[in-house]
This record gives sequence, C-alpha cells and structure tokens, in this order.
Amino acid sequence: MRTLTLAIPSKGRLMEASSELLAKAGVTIDRLGADRGYRGLLTGMEGVEVAFLSASEIAQNLRDGKVDLGVTGQDLLHEKIAPDDPGVQLLLRLEFGPANVVVAVPECWLDVATMADLDEIAESFYERHGRRLRVATKYHNLTRRFFAEKGVTGYRIVESLGATEGAPAAGIAEIIVDITTTGSTLSANNLKILDDGVILKSCAVLACRREALADPRVERLRALLAAIT
Amino acid sequence: MAGKSSAEREALERQNVALMAVFERSGFDHIAPDIIQPADIFLERSGEDIRARTFVFTDPSGAEMCLRPDLTVPACRYHLSHAKDPAAERRYCYAGPAFRFPDELLSPQEFTQAGLEWFGAGEPVSAEARVLKLTISALEAAGLSRYRVSFGDLGLFSALLEDTEMPDRWRQRLRHHFWRPHAFRELLDSFCAGRGGRRTSISPLVDRVAAGDALAVAEAEIDARKFPLVGGRELPEIAARLANKAADRQETPLDRAKADTLNHYLAIAGEASGIDQAFATVKGGARFEGARAYYAKRLFEMEELGLNPRRFHFAAGFGRELEYYTGFTFQIEADTPHGPVSVAGGGRYDNLLSDMGSPVKVPAVGCAIHTDRLKAVLA
Repeated sequence: MRTLTLAIPSKGRLMEASSELLAKAGVTIDRLGADRGYRGLLTGMEGVEVAFLSASEIAQNLRDGKVDLGVTGQDLLHEKIAPDDPGVQLLLRLEFGPANVVVAVPECWLDVATMADLDEIAESFYERHGRRLRVATKYHNLTRRFFAEKGVTGYRIVESLGATEGAPAAGIAEIIVDITTTGSTLSANNLKILDDGVILKSCAVLACRREALADPRVERLRALLAAIT
Repeated sequence: MAGKSSAEREALERQNVALMAVFERSGFDHIAPDIIQPADIFLERSGEDIRARTFVFTDPSGAEMCLRPDLTVPACRYHLSHAKDPAAERRYCYAGPAFRFPDELLSPQEFTQAGLEWFGAGEPVSAEARVLKLTISALEAAGLSRYRVSFGDLGLFSALLEDTEMPDRWRQRLRHHFWRPHAFRELLDSFCAGRGGRRTSISPLVDRVAAGDALAVAEAEIDARKFPLVGGRELPEIAARLANKAADRQETPLDRAKADTLNHYLAIAGEASGIDQAFATVKGGARFEGARAYYAKRLFEMEELGLNPRRFHFAAGFGRELEYYTGFTFQIEADTPHGPVSVAGGGRYDNLLSDMGSPVKVPAVGCAIHTDRLKAVLA
C-alpha cells in the first residue's frame, strides 16, 4: 500500500484545532524523532504520514503534488488553486478558523458602497490622477478573480505581506483586500467593507489531490471528520 | 515543446518575411521597438487582467520593467520618442517577439507578432479600409486562403448614444460599460427604473444630500465621525459623486423605447455590405446618420481596394472585448478543420497616444498578426 501524506499546519491555532479534531475523530498523530519533529504518523489509520508545514505552504504542496491531503485555510487554498481546478478537490469544510476575505475601502469614501461604485471610482481615478487605483493585498489571485467577476478592471495590485490594513493610511494603496474575523482591525484603521465585498467566507478545510481521491483511506478520513464537524 | 528546430525557425522566418514584404512595399517603415519596456505604460493602460499576464521585473536601479506583452504600445513609444511632431503622418511595421503568461491551453508564452501602425493618416476612412486590405494581403501572401473577416464599429454606437437624450454622466457610464454586455444591460435597466435603483449602505447619507448641500453634508459627516482623509480622493470629488447619486433619484427615468433602441442596435449582426438595411431600422438622430454615412464610405473604400465586403461579417457588439479601440475594429479568423482560429486583428485607437503623453491627439489605426498561430494553421 502506498503511503499517503497528510499536511497539517505546523503552528498556531490551525495546528491545535486540527490535532484536536483528528483526536476527536479517533486518530492521533505520533510525531517522529524529536518532540518537535516535522513528520509524524497517524495512529488508527495505516500508511498515512503526517507532514507539518506552514499553512501557506500546504496549498502550494498540494498543487505541486508533494502531499496528497492537506488541512489549511480555504483562503490560502483558493489563492493558490482555483476552485474549479480539477487537480485538487476540497473534501470538507472543517468549520473552524472562520474568517472572511473582503474588499475594504477608506471610511471617508462616503460615496462608495458597492463594487459598482468602486468600478466607477477606478475609472475616474485614472482620469484624475493619471494612474490606476491600487489594491494592497497578499491575495493576488482571489482579488483578480473576484474583481473580474464583478467587472472591475481599472486597478492595480500592490504586494502586501503584512499589516495590509495600514496601506491606505501609509499612502501605499487606496484600498485593500484582506482577511478579517471580526472586522475590528479594519474599523480601527478607518476602513469599511463594501456591501457586496465579501470575496470568500473562509474556514479550515480538508483538501485532496485528484490522484488520491479513490484511495479508501481518504474516504475514511473524510467520513470520520465529517461525522464530528 | 521547448524551442524551435532549425527547420521550424526557418519556416516561421520565411512566412514572416512574406508578411513584412507586403507592409514594406506599401511604404511602412520597418522598425524594431524595444523588447524590454517600462512596465508602467502597460500596467496603467491595461489594468490588472493584462498585468497578470505580463512578465514584470525590477532592473538594478529599482525601476519596474516588463517583457512587452504586445507591440502596439512599444510602437507608440517609439513614435513619441522619435517624431518631432507626433501628429505628423508616420507609418510603421514590425515583426518581433512578445511575451504573455499563458491563460489558456495552446497559447504560447513567447510568440512572434507582426503588425503595422499608421499614425496621423489624413483620410481616416481610407486608412481603415487600407489597413484591413494590407492585413488580408499579408495573410494571403503567407499562404492563407480560407478565412473569415468580421468587424465592428464603435463610432456607430457612440453616435447613437450621443443622439439619445439622457444626462451626460449616464452616457459616460454606459460608454464605460460597453465592454461588458451584462453590466451594460443592468445599468440601462436601472436608468429606466428611475429613483436611483436599490438601497445600499450609503443610501441614508444620499437621502440627506438630496435634502441639502452635498459638500456641507459630506464635511459634517467626516467631522462627526472623525474619518481621516486617506485614499487619495479629495472631499469635493466625494461630495460630487454623492450629489450625482442624489440627482439620479430626481432624474426623469430613461424612456424605455430609447433603451430598446440602444439594445436593438447592439443586437445587429449580419453580412457587412447589406447591414445598412438594419441600421435604417434604428431610430437614431443626426449623429447616427453621420456614422452610417461614414460606414458606407468605408465599405466603398474597401471595394475600391478590391475587397469584397459581401464576404465580411458585421456585428454591432463586436470589439466588446478589446478595450482600447475607439472606432473600426476587425478580426480575421482562419478556417481550420477544428473550427475558426483567430490569426489577426486590428482597428482604430485614437486615444492611446494622448494617454501615453502625446500633447496632441493622434489618430491611429493598426493591425497585429499572431504569426505562430498562422504558421500552425498553414502547416
């Protein structure tokens, strides 16, 4: 039997919640080697190796075929792999780590409530300022897909790897696309979410490569987790 | 497959020499614009969809550069840096590599684009017909015999919109949405429905603006809620949009019949030389009649050049994908056993050079041929 590799976040709340969930489902993780080793084995399920990776690497590794299964945030998964990509399938929403990926604009933009408003602003922004409206985000692909779907074209993405909510005040960008749980960081930075600006209602998910879908262990794991989520 | 064998390279070169000979013989100056270009022009001009497909990098001085995704913009840059008077007539042609991150199967990331750009032509209508003729002649010189020609004309649509009575800001929004049929229809419907459409989170504020002075209301709101002014937009700009939103509510709704006229026009499609019969059913005004006459003149010019417009297809909605064109647009598709394959396209783009910094408006018509695709079709 081929060894399956299941990737689990290596630190933080996602790691704790994943381990707890697996334990509740009756499978525990035996970490190999030293106490904090980055490999492990699932007990209670034969031939499943566990790889502890950073949550953002998990999607990448799924895409590249380096792991068969992974638990990661849906935001990170869909940023790296389009929802309609046949190569990787979302098996189960695990209903922890809820957070929304949203489009937020300065609160002082009193005239902007919707993506349609944003489209108009983007157009006149170019005419007034001779440059595109800038969107600070780490979610390039989610942003492009959502803006295209809403018909907004006149913008430009600027890379932001941390403290994205500070970008408009710092003059690095006019608006942002970021993940938020309560929205309080956004309001603290005088940003508001557009009425139709929720790109993704994200939570932790279990995803699987297509090649491994037929493996009975995958279905067992999915069923075990589905029963308790 | 990576790279080209010596035979493949020679075959592509031979084909492209045949294409270029047609352009050169007609007095087009064969230039070689830079392959590496400042990224800004492409990115500011095209928006994020093209940016996502453009190879962007930073040079050692920190400037953002790119591998050109297309040759029209580099040819415009060449023109602006070489011509003393940007509006004086110049004709250029080129053949060289372009680079795009592939977004679909079979679209290569490196390909050779051949094309021509004609700036400042004295007779706009004959320049349009002539560019189409040259494109067809070049393709035929390369060996293409079975193809279809389709075209559109944004001039007709703009004229009809100008003839249609409505606030100018509505017209601007409709023009902006021409590129997106679905959004266009929704917007048009909302103008007919009147009363500013559905409520949003800012509607209560718009209510207050409707009852008072927009700038004063906006200022009071910003002060009361202690919003810092960030995001690069000034208060008067924000207040003006609020005032427009309030004005939209008072505005007499757009007459349904007028909206239907626009939709009726956009649905027109058929054989290019007989399409005027369909134009005659559109209830336009003087500007539309002028654009009709211009269209007829262009057909006449095509016939003068030995083209047969009875074989061409016109569609009013054609060109809705190609954002920088401003008038005549065309596409040539090769007939293949697997269906039509687009091998060339072009049209009029009168705003691009001023957008790129030309102090005067420069009329421009051009075409581009996807030579690798053409080679594949002819193989």
